[in-house]
Amino acid sequence: MAELSVTDLTKRFDAGPAALDAVSATVQAGEFVALLGPSGCGKTTLLRLIAGFERPSAGRITLGGDVMADATRFVAPEDRGIGIVFQSYALWPHMSVAGNVAYPLEVRGVPRAARAARVAEALALTGLTELAGRMPAQLSGGQRQRVALARCLVFEPRAMLLDEPLANLDLSLRAAMQDVFAQFHRRTGATMLYVTHDQAEALALADRVAVMERGRIRQFAAPELLYREPADCFVAGFVGEGAVVSARPTGAATPEGCIVEVLGQRIAARARSRSPSHVSIRPEDIRLGDDGPLRGQVTGATYLGGRFRLTLDVAGETLVAFAAQRAHPGEAVGLSIEAPWAFEDPQPVLGPDFGGPDIGGAHRTGRALRA
Amino acid sequence: MSARAGQAPIQGGGNRSIDRLLPLLMGLVAVLTLWPVVRLLLEGLGWGGAGLGAGVTTEHLTAVLGRESTQRALVHSLVTAGGGTVISVLIGASFAFLVALSDVRAKAALVFCLMVPMMIPPQITALAWMQVTGPSSVLLRLLGLAPPMGSPQPLHSPGGIILLLGIQHAALVFLTLRAGLRMIPADLVEAARMAGARPAQVWGRIVLPLSAPALIAGAAMAFVTALGNFGIPAMLGIPARYSTLPTLIYQRLASLGPSVLPEVAVLALLIGAVAILGVLVSRLAGRRGGHGLVGLSGRPLALSLGRARIWVEGALWVFIGAILVLPLAALLATSLIPAYGVPLTFETLTFRAWTEALFVQPVTRRAIANSLLLATTAALILMALALPVAWLMQRCPSRFSRALDALVELPYALPGVVLAIACILAFLRLPFTQITLYGTLWIILLAYLARFFVVMLRPIQASLAQLDPAMEEAAASVGARLGRRLGTIVLPLAAPSAAAGAILVFLTAVNELTVSALLWSSGTETLGVVIFNLEDSGETVMASALAMAIVGLIVALMAAVQAGARHLPKGTIPWQS
Repeated sequence: MAELSVTDLTKRFDAGPAALDAVSATVQAGEFVALLGPSGCGKTTLLRLIAGFERPSAGRITLGGDVMADATRFVAPEDRGIGIVFQSYALWPHMSVAGNVAYPLEVRGVPRAARAARVAEALALTGLTELAGRMPAQLSGGQRQRVALARCLVFEPRAMLLDEPLANLDLSLRAAMQDVFAQFHRRTGATMLYVTHDQAEALALADRVAVMERGRIRQFAAPELLYREPADCFVAGFVGEGAVVSARPTGAATPEGCIVEVLGQRIAARARSRSPSHVSIRPEDIRLGDDGPLRGQVTGATYLGGRFRLTLDVAGETLVAFAAQRAHPGEAVGLSIEAPWAFEDPQPVLGPDFGGPDIGGAHRTGRALRA
Repeated sequence: MSARAGQAPIQGGGNRSIDRLLPLLMGLVAVLTLWPVVRLLLEGLGWGGAGLGAGVTTEHLTAVLGRESTQRALVHSLVTAGGGTVISVLIGASFAFLVALSDVRAKAALVFCLMVPMMIPPQITALAWMQVTGPSSVLLRLLGLAPPMGSPQPLHSPGGIILLLGIQHAALVFLTLRAGLRMIPADLVEAARMAGARPAQVWGRIVLPLSAPALIAGAAMAFVTALGNFGIPAMLGIPARYSTLPTLIYQRLASLGPSVLPEVAVLALLIGAVAILGVLVSRLAGRRGGHGLVGLSGRPLALSLGRARIWVEGALWVFIGAILVLPLAALLATSLIPAYGVPLTFETLTFRAWTEALFVQPVTRRAIANSLLLATTAALILMALALPVAWLMQRCPSRFSRALDALVELPYALPGVVLAIACILAFLRLPFTQITLYGTLWIILLAYLARFFVVMLRPIQASLAQLDPAMEEAAASVGARLGRRLGTIVLPLAAPSAAAGAILVFLTAVNELTVSALLWSSGTETLGVVIFNLEDSGETVMASALAMAIVGLIVALMAAVQAGARHLPKGTIPWQS
């Protein structure tokens, strides 16, 4: 397994903004990294550049220290030793399961006996031993997914790329396949890059998650860090539940951060920045109770099993809180906000009319929240 | 799993050359398919002339075009092709409207039967129809309906040529129009009926206007094909001294040899120009076809004919009987008599002509061997060429590949005589040598390769367009190089279409008369030529037996392709749009 690194990687298709804009990131050897972002954010482009299906417009890709692509070099996909699992699985319909899995070894000229042993090993690892003789058309979605995985792992690639591998499966299968991927990663220790638009998948599986938007990586961190300490408005709004509300620094510092003014209240927030512009208020940060300094009106309540999810209108902002009891829309509640995460959004806050590539998104996420 | 990672060597590291080989292949195809046509054009522009004396000069051009025989042949060509088109439109459009719009039963069988006349070589069509009419018709005499001896063969006339051209090319109109009708969403018709329109009004106000571009395109194609038809005017027109442009070219070249090349080149350019005009009309109408139709086009229209259905079905099948069963029955009857003029009875019935034609006569045996050899070789070479070229066009489109994609149509769209003349010009003297291919099988093979490349290319393109690029990317990511990917992934997945394409090329090449009629010489006869020559020299019975055998072969091959139809992408089989 090898370290995968991209530096200032840029890709332009024809005219228009760059699909990938000077992206730099490093995936450690054996690490499981998820690329998370809305559709069109450039995550699949990044994957295809790393696989070698596209040539970068600028920048460099290295794998285990070897340059795969830069201004002067371009290693063809077949010479990179990178495995990829496609969203469509891309199983060859004219070969059996065993035939699909054996193909990478045939291509490498692995002797017949060694080939059979390695195919059997890969099939056993993915639980496909009984299906070895089937044709792809005779398999279910989950089984096809596992064949694609086995085909990829059988040649022991230096890194594995997975392009929305669960997108075509139904919900119950997805959970089961997530476990398969996690186990698989534990057993092989492969360097894995996993593209998805589903944050639950990314947060559940990955060691670290790179959140992408408009051709850039907005934050690259462990899942719990993304959730607790988002770097900007986009990440705060895209990952996890809660509200992003603008804040005014007061200049007063605390051991964990600083005091900010939010919704007319001075609140002690966790922060690294001296001059935060926003706070991310997670449901856990809100304590309901009539003694709270803030007043809000319930606008919606849904039962999640064991607790209720309330949406609250507080001074024109929509907050999300968890409650033990049902509340009815229109009801007034008291609340306090405890230790939210305050950060300085790197985007200058302009109105949507001023354009600028990221304003629209930041503006939106600052208000409406993910339901 | 361990340190083996990434160190497994990928075999065939020197395979890079295939990256350079493929574009070269594309260049080869461009030369192969387009050089003869370019050579003919050069001749027409007065830049040819190598080995042909002065080539074509302006005076020469006006002299040939001003000649009375030229003008008469042009008029005859336009009259017969135009008349044939009218008949084709009447037949093809009636079938298309009834099959595509109404609830008649057994549509697949009807369509297949309508397609057979198109796939049967025209000289066999003519031969078969000549056995239906005329005083020596074995079938008519069997039924006691024959006109008295000595009365003329009614088909040896412009009317006969027009009738048979019309029947031969009706399927072209049918296919184009049906494809157009299938684009009309059923909702449009249903909306019209909800608005209160009767079926006749729906047809006149909705269906006909929407399908008019397809009808025009189909008619233009039928016209172009009729214009280039050689078999029918040769069999019916030459005895009546009624020359069209293709038969005039044939007669001049057959009687005077290559010395008349500058003259027939002008004639070929003339007919080529008219044909290109027709192709352009067809393309233009086809492009105008998009009315921006939206809606569910997947659901076929099926207007109920009510109680009239059984009568309509009866009429359609009687018609099929008249244009397909009747002539073939007559042909069969003629092939079973011992000598022309003898009536067919249980006593006279014999298979002697069949054994003679298939196993005894050296000329026919040679022709069978030649045709099978040419058709098989052409199919195999074209398959090997078309697959990588189609792949290149699909995966690495360039301006050159798009131009080639459009231009390979040309040798197929141009009338066969034009291509034949072009090939003679191109290969009479190979550049820088004294070697001539004229009179060898090679020139026929080269002409076939140029003419039928597109027949092979289109089905393969259709299947590659459906192929998920991830199939190949997956193979690349596991280490398979281009050559390997083409061989182990692309080829197997495109194989059904390639096989269908190969059968189509084989079918068309075995059927072919027009090109080989001008390119054959003693020893290199093809099946098409030999049937024509047998009939010409009075051996009608043997010609009929050979023709009947060919019809059997064609129907069997068509059925084979039809049987595999569901494994093929849409648009692969020409008789299924």
